[in-house]
Amino acid sequence: MQPPASPAASPGPGAPAGSELLRWQWREVQVPCLVAAWILVASLAKIVFHLSRKVTSVVPESCLLILLGLGLGGIVLAVAKKAEYQLEPNMFFLFLLPPIVLDSGYFMPSRLFFNNIGAILTYAVVGTLWNSFATGVALWGLHQAGLMDPGVEAGLMDFLLFGSLISAVDPVAVLAVFEEVHVNETLFIIVFGESLLNDAVTVGFVLPAGAVQGVQLFCGAGPSTHPCHGLCEGVSFFLVSLGGTAVGLLFAFLLALITRFTKRVRIIEPLFVFLLAYVAYLAAEMVSLSSILAVTFCGICCKKYVEANISQKSRTTVKYTMKTLASSSETIIFMFLGISAVDTSKWAWDTTLVLGTLLFILLFRAVGVVLQTCVLNRFRLIPLDRIDQVVMSYGGLRGAVAFALVILLDGAKVKAKDYFVATTIVVVFFTVIVQGLTIKPLVTWLKVKRSDHHKPTLNEELHEHAFDHILAAVEDIVGHHGYHYWRDKWEQFDKKYLSQLLMRKSAYRLRDEIWDVYYKLNIRDAISFVDQGGHVLSAAKLSLPSMPSRTSMSESSVTNLLRESGSGACLDLQVIDTVRSRRDKEDAVMHHVLRGSLYKPRRRYKASYSRHFISPDKQERQDKEIFRQNMKRRLETFKSTKHNVCSSKSKARLKEKGRKKKGISLTSDSPNGKTQRNVPWQEAAPVLVMVSSDEEESNSSETEREDDEGIVFIARATDEVLQGKKTPSSLDVCPSPCIIPPSPTLAEKELPWKGDQADLAVYVSSETTKIVPVDMQKAWNQSISSLESIASPPGIETGPQHKRFACPVLEEQPQSASQAMPEQSSCFQFPSHVSKSSRSQSDSSPDGTEQQELQPLMAAEEPSRILPSMEPRWLIQFNRASQL
Amino acid sequence: MTSEAGACPLVGGASLCACARGLAHGGGAGAGWPFAEPPLLLTGACRCPVRPGTARSGAEQSGARLGGPARAAAMGSRASTLLRDEEIEEIKKETGFSHSQITRLYSRFTSLDKGENGTLSREDFQRIPELAINPLGDRIINAFFPEGEDQVNFRGFMRTLAHFRPIEDNEKSKDQNGPEPLNSRSNKLHFAFRLYDLDKDDKISRDELLQVLRMMVGVNISDEQLGSIADRTIQEADQDGDSAISFAEFVKVLEKVDVEQKMSIRFLH
Repeated sequence: MQPPASPAASPGPGAPAGSELLRWQWREVQVPCLVAAWILVASLAKIVFHLSRKVTSVVPESCLLILLGLGLGGIVLAVAKKAEYQLEPNMFFLFLLPPIVLDSGYFMPSRLFFNNIGAILTYAVVGTLWNSFATGVALWGLHQAGLMDPGVEAGLMDFLLFGSLISAVDPVAVLAVFEEVHVNETLFIIVFGESLLNDAVTVGFVLPAGAVQGVQLFCGAGPSTHPCHGLCEGVSFFLVSLGGTAVGLLFAFLLALITRFTKRVRIIEPLFVFLLAYVAYLAAEMVSLSSILAVTFCGICCKKYVEANISQKSRTTVKYTMKTLASSSETIIFMFLGISAVDTSKWAWDTTLVLGTLLFILLFRAVGVVLQTCVLNRFRLIPLDRIDQVVMSYGGLRGAVAFALVILLDGAKVKAKDYFVATTIVVVFFTVIVQGLTIKPLVTWLKVKRSDHHKPTLNEELHEHAFDHILAAVEDIVGHHGYHYWRDKWEQFDKKYLSQLLMRKSAYRLRDEIWDVYYKLNIRDAISFVDQGGHVLSAAKLSLPSMPSRTSMSESSVTNLLRESGSGACLDLQVIDTVRSRRDKEDAVMHHVLRGSLYKPRRRYKASYSRHFISPDKQERQDKEIFRQNMKRRLETFKSTKHNVCSSKSKARLKEKGRKKKGISLTSDSPNGKTQRNVPWQEAAPVLVMVSSDEEESNSSETEREDDEGIVFIARATDEVLQGKKTPSSLDVCPSPCIIPPSPTLAEKELPWKGDQADLAVYVSSETTKIVPVDMQKAWNQSISSLESIASPPGIETGPQHKRFACPVLEEQPQSASQAMPEQSSCFQFPSHVSKSSRSQSDSSPDGTEQQELQPLMAAEEPSRILPSMEPRWLIQFNRASQL
Repeated sequence: MTSEAGACPLVGGASLCACARGLAHGGGAGAGWPFAEPPLLLTGACRCPVRPGTARSGAEQSGARLGGPARAAAMGSRASTLLRDEEIEEIKKETGFSHSQITRLYSRFTSLDKGENGTLSREDFQRIPELAINPLGDRIINAFFPEGEDQVNFRGFMRTLAHFRPIEDNEKSKDQNGPEPLNSRSNKLHFAFRLYDLDKDDKISRDELLQVLRMMVGVNISDEQLGSIADRTIQEADQDGDSAISFAEFVKVLEKVDVEQKMSIRFLH
C-alpha cells in the first residue's frame, strides 16, 4: 500500500492559490487519508456484498474481495498507467496480519485447541515440512526434466524455498472460508490450528533463508551444501517456533499481571490487551522468531486471566475492537491481493511451473494428510475418518502470507522470483476462489458433520464438568496418564499458583465456570427480556429463581416501566422490578396501616423475597432473619394483646423511621430485647408530650432494633406515593406473582393520593388525622419533625405540623378506602402459606386478614437501603399534603 | 507361576461361577435398557464362594494357555497370568475390550489390589493419589461397586470401565437387535446419571444436584448461589414439572453434547 498520489487525487501543487487561509494541504494528509479511503472502500464493498444474501451464501466473502481488488486494481492501472497500491510485505506483516492472528488466538477455543494439539502440531510441522520438500523437489524435478521455460533459473534450493512458502496453509484464508462453511469444530480447529502454527515452519525456513534482510543463508547456498543447511533449518525451525511461543507466553504473563492492577484505570484496560499483544508480535519479529506464534499463544494464554480481571465493559470493548480490526485487516488483505495481481511488471508466467505447483500442492497435501492421519488415528480417541481427510486436504488454502513472503524474496538471489510471484498469485487465487467456492458444496455433498451452534445451557456446562472429573478419575484408575490426567494436573496447578498470581483477588474468588455460565445465562435472559419488551420467550418460559417476578410481568408493564421510570439508573430489570413491586405494595400498606391504626406490618416476608431476587446471596441470611423476626413478632403479638399497645408500637415505629434515616444500623437481635421493648409502650401514653427530636431519636434507636418494620413501611409508602405518580399505568401488573402478592394495584388507583396530586395529598393527611389516634398523630408529627430536622431546614417543619392537626376530617375518605379494599383482594394472590402465617399472627388486628395481606413483608435490611434516598421526597410529599 | 495360582482367589472370583456367567449374559441382553440395573447386580452378585481347588485348576489351565503377548503385558504381576482365555473371551464379549487391553487392565487391577484377594475394596481405590483430590472421586469409586457390596472383582471392574470405551466405527453399524454395548451413549449417560442419583430413584433431586455442585465448584460460591444454580439447572431440564431431573430429561438436555466423545477415554492397546 504505497501511498503515492493517484492522479485523481493529487492536487497538491495544483491547488488554487487564491486564499492562503484555505490552503489545500493534500500532502500532509495524503497517507492517512489514502489509508482511510481504502478502508472505507473495502468496508463499503462489504456492505454491498451482503446486500444480497444469495451471493454471500454461495461465494465466500474473500473471493468477492479479491475480485473487487482485481477490478479496482484494473481501474487504477488504467488511470495511472502503472500499478499502485500494492500489498506490501512490510505493511502486511507489521499492520495487517497481527490483528487477525491476535483475534484468532484470543478467541481460540482453547479447550478444543489443546484437545487436538497433537494432531495440529503434527499437521503443522510434519505436514508442512513434507509439503515443502515434496513440492520443492517435484518442481525441481520438472525443471530438471526440461519441462519448464529456460527462463526459470532456479536450483533445488530455490525450489525448496518456494515449496516451503507455497505449502503453508494460510490462516486468513482458512478462517475466511471455514467460518462460513461451519464444519464441525474438531475439523475446523485442526485445519485452522495448523494454519496458525505452520507459520513457524514457513517463517523459520523462508525468513532466515529469506533473502530479504541480508540473512541469506539459504539462497546463497548451492545444492551441494544442502544437508548441512537442512540441519540449520531444523535448528532454526525449533528455535523460531519455540522462541516465538516463549515470547508469546512471556507477554501473556505480563499482560495478565498488568490487568490485575488496572482497577482504577478501567478505561485503558483494552489498550493493554492490544498493546502488549502487539508488542509481543513486534518483539518476536525483531529477533526473527515466529511472530505469529507469539501473538497466537499470547492470545490463547492470557485470555482466561485477562477476562477475569477486566471489567465487563472492557471485555466487550476488547471483543469488538478485536473483531473490527481483524475483519478490516482481512478485508484489506484480500482486496489488495486482487489489486496486486494486476501488476504485470512483477509477473513472469510459466505454464508448467504454475500447473505443476497447483497439481503438486494439491496432491502432496492430500497424500500428507492421509499418511499423517493414518498414524494419528492410532492415538486419537475419535479417529478422523475419510471425509474429514478429504475436507482437510481440500481446505488447505493459501493466502496472503504466501504472497507477502514471495514478494519478500530477494530478486537478486532468487533469479526466478518473478516466476514464483506469478505462480503464487495463481495458487492463492485458485485456492481462495476455486476451492473456497467449492468447499461448501463439497462439505454438503460429503455430509460432513456440521457444527451446531446452540446456546450453552447450564445443564451442559454442569454435566460436562462432571464428565471431565469422571474421565480424569477413570484415567487415574486405569493408571494411564492420558489427556485428562494432564489436563487435571494443569488445572490444579493453575488454580493453585497461576490464577492466584494473575487474577485479582475478587475475580479469583468469583471464578467458577459453572457460576459464570449461570451468570451469563441470567444476564442474557434479562437482556433479551428487556429487548423484547417482555413478551416472549426464553425468559418468560424459564422462570428464573433469582428473578421470580419477571415471568409474570406482562409486556405492558415492562415497557411502561422502562418508559416511565426508565431513567438511566433504572435500566436494570431486576432493579425496576423490585422497586416497583415494593412500591405498589407499600403504597396500599401505608395507607391502610395508618387508617386501620397501626397493626403490625407483616411486610418483612415480602421484602425478603424481593430482596432475594435482587441478590440471591442474601437469601440465607434473610431466611434466618425471617425466622427470627417471626418469632419476635409472635412474642410481640402476644405482648401487644396483653398490653394493648398497638398504637404505641406504631408510634415507636414512626420515630424509628426518623432515626433510621440517620443511618443507624439495625442489629436485629438484641439480647435484652424485652427491656428495650418496653420503651415504646411507655411513650404510648395517650397524651404524648412533645419530646425533642434528639430524645426521640435516642429512644427510637433503642426500640428500633426490635421492630424495624415500622420504619420500613413508612419509607416504602412514601416511595410508593412518589412512584405511583410516575407509573400509574403499571399499576395493574402483578410484579411478582410467583412469590408474592401482586400489588394491590386496582385499589391503589383508588387510594387517595394516587390520582390528582393536590387533592389526594390532602386526603392523605386528613385520613391520617381521622383514623390515627391522637397519640399516634403526635408521634407521627414528631417523627416527621425529627426527620425534617435531619433532612431539611427545621423552619419548614412547624407549619405543616400545625396545619395537619387542624385538618378537617372528611367523611368520604374512609369509604373510598374501604371500597378499594375488595378490589385489592380480588387482584391479590397471596401465596397460601404466607397469608396463612400472617393470619395466624394477626390476632390483634380487628379488621381481619384483608389488611394484613396487603401489608408487604419486608426484609429487615431493606429500610436501611431505601431510606436514605427516599427521605427528602417523603418530606416533600407530606409537607405538601399538610400545607394543602 | 501357576503354582502360585491357588494363593490368588481372584481367579476363583473371575472364573468361578457358572451362575454368574449366565447371569452376565442375560444382563448383557438387558443392558439395552438404560437403567442398567441387571448388569450392575451381576457385577457384584457373582460372588459365589470358591473353593481353592477349583480355582487352582482353572488357573493352571490359563497359565498354560496364556499367549505370549498377554504374558509379556502381564509381566510384573503374577496374578495376571492367571486370567484364563475363556475369561478373557467372555470379558471381551461383554465389554468389547481387546485381548491386550484386558490383560493390561488386569495387571493394573492386580497392582491396585493390595489385599491380593482378587477383589478391590474402596480403600484400594482411595489409595490412588489423584483420585483423592478428584472432587467426584468418591462418587466414581462408588460407581464401581454394586449396590450393597464393598468389593469388586475384575469382571465388575472391567464392566464399569467399559462404559468409557470409545465407540468404534464398526460398532456403530452393528445390528440393533443385539445387546446394547456397555459403551453406548445411553449407558455412558446413565453412568453419569447414577453419580448424581444417590438414592437410586431415577431422579436427580435438587438436593442431590446441590451435593454434586458443592463438590465441583470452589468454596467461593455461596450456598445461595449454588441453590440458584441448582434451581435453574433443574428448571432447564425439568419437563414434567416434578422439580427433579429424570433420566429421560437428563438425556434430553444433553442431546446436543457429544457424549460419545466426552465420556470416552483412550485405553491403551
